[in-house]
Amino acid sequence: MTDLLPFLKKLISAPGLAGFETPVRNLIQEAWSPLTDELSVSRLGSLHGLRRGTAPEPRPSILITAHMDAIGLMVKGITDDFLRITPIGGVDPRVLPGQLVTVHGREDLPGVVVQPPAHLLPTFSQDETIPIEYLLVDTGLPSARLKRLVRVGDLVSFAQAPLETAGETLVGHTLDNRASVAVLTGCLDHLANRPHAWDVWAAATVQEEETLGGAMTSAFQLHPALAVAVDVTFAASPGSPSHKTYPLGKGPTLGWGPNVHPALFKAFKELAERLEIPYSVEAMPRHSGTDAFAMQVTAEGIPSMVVGIPLRYMHTPVEMVSMKDIERASRLLAEFTASLEVDFIEKITWED
Amino acid sequence: MTSAKQEYQTLRIGAGQIKVLERLCNACAVSGDEGEVRKIVLEQVRPYAEEVKVDALGNVLVTRHGQGKDTLRVMLAAHMDEVGLMLIQDEGEGIFRFDTVGGLDARQLAGKPVWVGREHVPGVIGAKPIHLTQPDEIKKTIPLDTLRIDVGPGSNKVKVGDRATFATSFTRLGPSLIAKALDDRLGVATLIELVKNAPSNIELLAVFTVQEEIGSRGARVAAFAFDPDLAIVLESTPANDLPTWEEEDGEPVENAHYNSRLGDGPAIYLADAATISDPRLVRHLVETAETFDIPYQFRQPGSGGTDAGAIHRQRAGIPSVSVSVPGRYHHTPAAVARLSDWQNTLALVHAALTRLSPLIFKD
Repeated sequence: MTDLLPFLKKLISAPGLAGFETPVRNLIQEAWSPLTDELSVSRLGSLHGLRRGTAPEPRPSILITAHMDAIGLMVKGITDDFLRITPIGGVDPRVLPGQLVTVHGREDLPGVVVQPPAHLLPTFSQDETIPIEYLLVDTGLPSARLKRLVRVGDLVSFAQAPLETAGETLVGHTLDNRASVAVLTGCLDHLANRPHAWDVWAAATVQEEETLGGAMTSAFQLHPALAVAVDVTFAASPGSPSHKTYPLGKGPTLGWGPNVHPALFKAFKELAERLEIPYSVEAMPRHSGTDAFAMQVTAEGIPSMVVGIPLRYMHTPVEMVSMKDIERASRLLAEFTASLEVDFIEKITWED
Repeated sequence: MTSAKQEYQTLRIGAGQIKVLERLCNACAVSGDEGEVRKIVLEQVRPYAEEVKVDALGNVLVTRHGQGKDTLRVMLAAHMDEVGLMLIQDEGEGIFRFDTVGGLDARQLAGKPVWVGREHVPGVIGAKPIHLTQPDEIKKTIPLDTLRIDVGPGSNKVKVGDRATFATSFTRLGPSLIAKALDDRLGVATLIELVKNAPSNIELLAVFTVQEEIGSRGARVAAFAFDPDLAIVLESTPANDLPTWEEEDGEPVENAHYNSRLGDGPAIYLADAATISDPRLVRHLVETAETFDIPYQFRQPGSGGTDAGAIHRQRAGIPSVSVSVPGRYHHTPAAVARLSDWQNTLALVHAALTRLSPLIFKD
């Protein structure tokens, strides 16, 4: 089983903002090439990898997705020596002041997001968050040179380098959702040594952070019989409500709710117990907040499932995941896929 | 008294000096725990100094004797400490409660990486995900006492009492230096150069002080120990030279509260909240700058303070002035300064020292 840590560290060092995923897609393509029979890119930029199954045709297929896009910033304007920025995806303005960034202009430039002193801003009260439109990015370059290298529309990503922290945890930006891309890659790697009856489509989808556009269109194009979304979920951390978070390092979560077909949940749960993989049940009363929300209602509808990877400090540049959880989730997905019998779909009924 | 303009030739900032600054900025030395920087300072100055002493608080006191009799005793100070954090409670699973040491804006802390302890163990100050935050909560600053340092579960390398700093690595881009703790590693690096190139017309009493950020406590006792004739403090003052928000008749309103500006050279203090600079020393610096055509600016008077605040009222009084390399965003993860401003600050102070004599206090 290949060690996923170096691969994941590479992924979270590459830019790949929603809508501009090419740099990270290239890295994933390189990793998936020896693990798949076919690789292709969708019209919106999602990466599709196919492992053909052993059952006679026509074989059913399972689609497992992990979105590869990430949140970030975009240059909105240039004022004197500074850049003005706008968010791409759900960026929390409270973590921006003092944040190190990379400005992707004609060349990659290091910079820092700065909050101007109070007397240079409209009046905000002492404890009010300064909105993003008042923040600036300083690259250390004076205005003339800056204007030659950067223009409106250039992307700005967080510059946080991966950190290996205690207990086999990893810290970095864009672990939402590159951690799941690592899970999917690990799953493909396991399947390389296991025969599987079904076709397996792995999709690194685009634009989940903005529109779920990648998942929607990939599910339509690939038309699988089952769809599983792998996405990060909230890990227990300081200040986060305990009823909405799951322990870090104690296994993946299995989603339960209207976005999940109960038979799929049951199959995953029983398998996890058989394999002695720890897990938590993630109650999702409404929108799962993942690609599965879109995939479930594609075409005539697809039975769908959500597997979650607990992650601390989501949507900050210092997200933290447990490598143990990533390995467990890859194994669970691979075993589930390999154990799928050709007639599994007929067995999924609504037992009312 | 005017002299013909001369060109300043002697001290230059090269790759070696920048490397020392890089090591200083990447070292962690929160007020009260300055060891990592002290080690670099001692290593740098020992080969040059006649006397080196580390005092009861950890100040490094260095003497370079002058030549001749009755040389002026000139104290130069730069502080080794930076603002930072201290871990105050272990909440388990790698999560620690912490408090600030020195003036730190809590809004700079959320979502940042930190280095903890002597080994620079990596950790993060996270933030509750926005998905779990109410809209009116997002509009408010995250309260300092809800933030935590997270080093990951099961670490045995981190304990209560350890200090933590921002985890920013020194970098250069174009004309700029970007690093944490430019306040006051720029002063420390400058002072190291001056110790190595001490002019012989003065008795150079250099002190690398501790605990400036929590009340200039090191400078106070060092001034007592040295008992100098005058003092020059080497700092890095805020440059608030950012655009204003306001416009009048479609034109941006000028920023009238810039404090100092990047690129305009060393900033000479006239008065801050703690000290009124001795006018004779200010005049001496200005004359030196004009003689050697070194750019300079005046730091806007008003708020703030330096080690001069503690020094000038020590003993029977010590005429003092502060000179700063301007820097943006002090006390945040990344400050920005211009290499040219550092070069000109070193040049100005060195040239000013070479022109000092006891006549400076004769009116």
